[in-house]
Amino acid sequence: MPRLIANGVRVDDTFAEAFGMRATAIVITADSARWARQAAETMTGFATSVIGCGCEAAIDHELAAGATPDGRPGVRVLLFAVSTAELQKQLQTRVAQCVLTSPGSACYAGLAGEETLKLGNALRYFGDGWQVAKRLGEKRYWRLPVMDGEFVCEATTGLTKNAVGGGNLILMGQETRRTLAAAEAAAKAIRAVPDAIAPFPGGIARSGSKVGSKYKKVPASTNDAYCPTLRGAVESALDPDIAAVLEIVIDGLTPAAVAAAMRAAIAAVVRLGPKRGVARIGAGNYGGKLGPHHFHLKDLLP
Amino acid sequence: MLALRQRPDQRLDLSPLVPHLLAGKAAAEIERIELQTTKHRVTVGDAFRLRIGDADRLRIEGACDRLDRIGQDMDGGEIRVEGDVGIQAGRGMRGGRLAIEGGAGAWAASGMRGGHVEISGTAGERLGGPLPGETAGMRGGVVVVRGKAGDRAGDRLRRGTIIIEGNAGAHAGSRMIAGTLILCRNCGPMPGYLMSRGTIVLAGDCEELSPTFVDCGTHGLIAMRLMAQFAGQYSKRAASLVSGRLRRLAGDMAVLGKGELFMKNRD
Repeated sequence: MPRLIANGVRVDDTFAEAFGMRATAIVITADSARWARQAAETMTGFATSVIGCGCEAAIDHELAAGATPDGRPGVRVLLFAVSTAELQKQLQTRVAQCVLTSPGSACYAGLAGEETLKLGNALRYFGDGWQVAKRLGEKRYWRLPVMDGEFVCEATTGLTKNAVGGGNLILMGQETRRTLAAAEAAAKAIRAVPDAIAPFPGGIARSGSKVGSKYKKVPASTNDAYCPTLRGAVESALDPDIAAVLEIVIDGLTPAAVAAAMRAAIAAVVRLGPKRGVARIGAGNYGGKLGPHHFHLKDLLP
Repeated sequence: MLALRQRPDQRLDLSPLVPHLLAGKAAAEIERIELQTTKHRVTVGDAFRLRIGDADRLRIEGACDRLDRIGQDMDGGEIRVEGDVGIQAGRGMRGGRLAIEGGAGAWAASGMRGGHVEISGTAGERLGGPLPGETAGMRGGVVVVRGKAGDRAGDRLRRGTIIIEGNAGAHAGSRMIAGTLILCRNCGPMPGYLMSRGTIVLAGDCEELSPTFVDCGTHGLIAMRLMAQFAGQYSKRAASLVSGRLRRLAGDMAVLGKGELFMKNRD
């Protein structure tokens, strides 16, 4: 495969193939940044992949007190799913079980849109008849009496059908510690990009998968072409000097957000160079025939 | 711009004089519009001196309390009135801004659905309230009264926000269905009488609270922060009142009892 070189890092002349998704965003506030983050982390736990978790979700960024609807510290959370129905179900279940239950929390729309998803409108019944709606201007909120006061939740949040899931980078290094350092730098860079998340643990997937398996009931299995211990036994994509591989998967509210996140991640990895990071950057695709969104690495170099 | 020539001999119905109905009309056509409420014909040209300008921004000068239904069913644009107005100003209004630099008669903003009414002086009774036979009053929008308001302000309020910066009369928020009523000074007896839902905030002394409101303690609620931010766009006094810890009384327990009265904690 043709290669480019940036700061000594080999970059495959290839593309990431990504798919259309449905997505939404919410803002969670609390009396302190710590508790806003806690509610968000609880809500976005077990949300690494739509394959087994129903949705992919993570914190987009933190919000200072002055930047939230109620003037308290907050975080913005993004959720992605393959269908509107599943997204609605995941949103209301996760907010009900993880945000409503969190001390001092409140929940607001994080995305404007002509199409909406139910937020407070779905949770209001927890109030058992004591719930109160309050319309202020164009916004409508539900107030649910709870043990520490009230849970305030905006009635709806916006939905986008133009979201993208599955932007990715494959980071190939000569040694595990340095490969992880490069992946951590990439994940940190993505966290600074608005409207994009990397939903795997800490933003990093160590078990990149391929579609299909030798077992009939298994939809995805280990991406053996990128497994260093199988280098001699399979049709490997790895060079002889590669000993560890980590993948970054990126979801974004728009194709531009995914591209921006990939660009930021590549820049962070290239800046480290092969001596402190990885020797090679690639990306995963299916020949371009499945996903409508293609992100060519050569267009995203620093 | 319409300048009243003199105090009319009869009450006049100014409901045809709203931006969306005047748009595209020439001066001569506007001057022929009839305004009488008796058998004696009075046209715009008879009662006013007219100067054509931007049809979206209407100004009425030298107004008085015999000019009724100013801004009725207005759906956009602006009407500014120098002077007092009669009854039912802003009745059924759906959008736009009605600014009354004097006082308003009874039933101002009756059945209003949207937009913004600002009354610099005093508002008469039944501000936002329904006319006889109607089941609900104001259904949306924002009304701000910088002066006092008469009895039954916010009667059967269904949605929207009313802010009264002066004293309010008796039974403010009577039979409220929902919405928000903020009373920035004293009020007469029994605010929220027979309210089923909705929020009333009291700043000052109230002559008599209904015994069917029950104390739910003092709280600093997030919803009140949101309300303060919203109210602050229209009245700093209202925003300041709504912020901070307030005593909450639930009621009216004589009916549905899902409404609330907030007041400053006096303990």
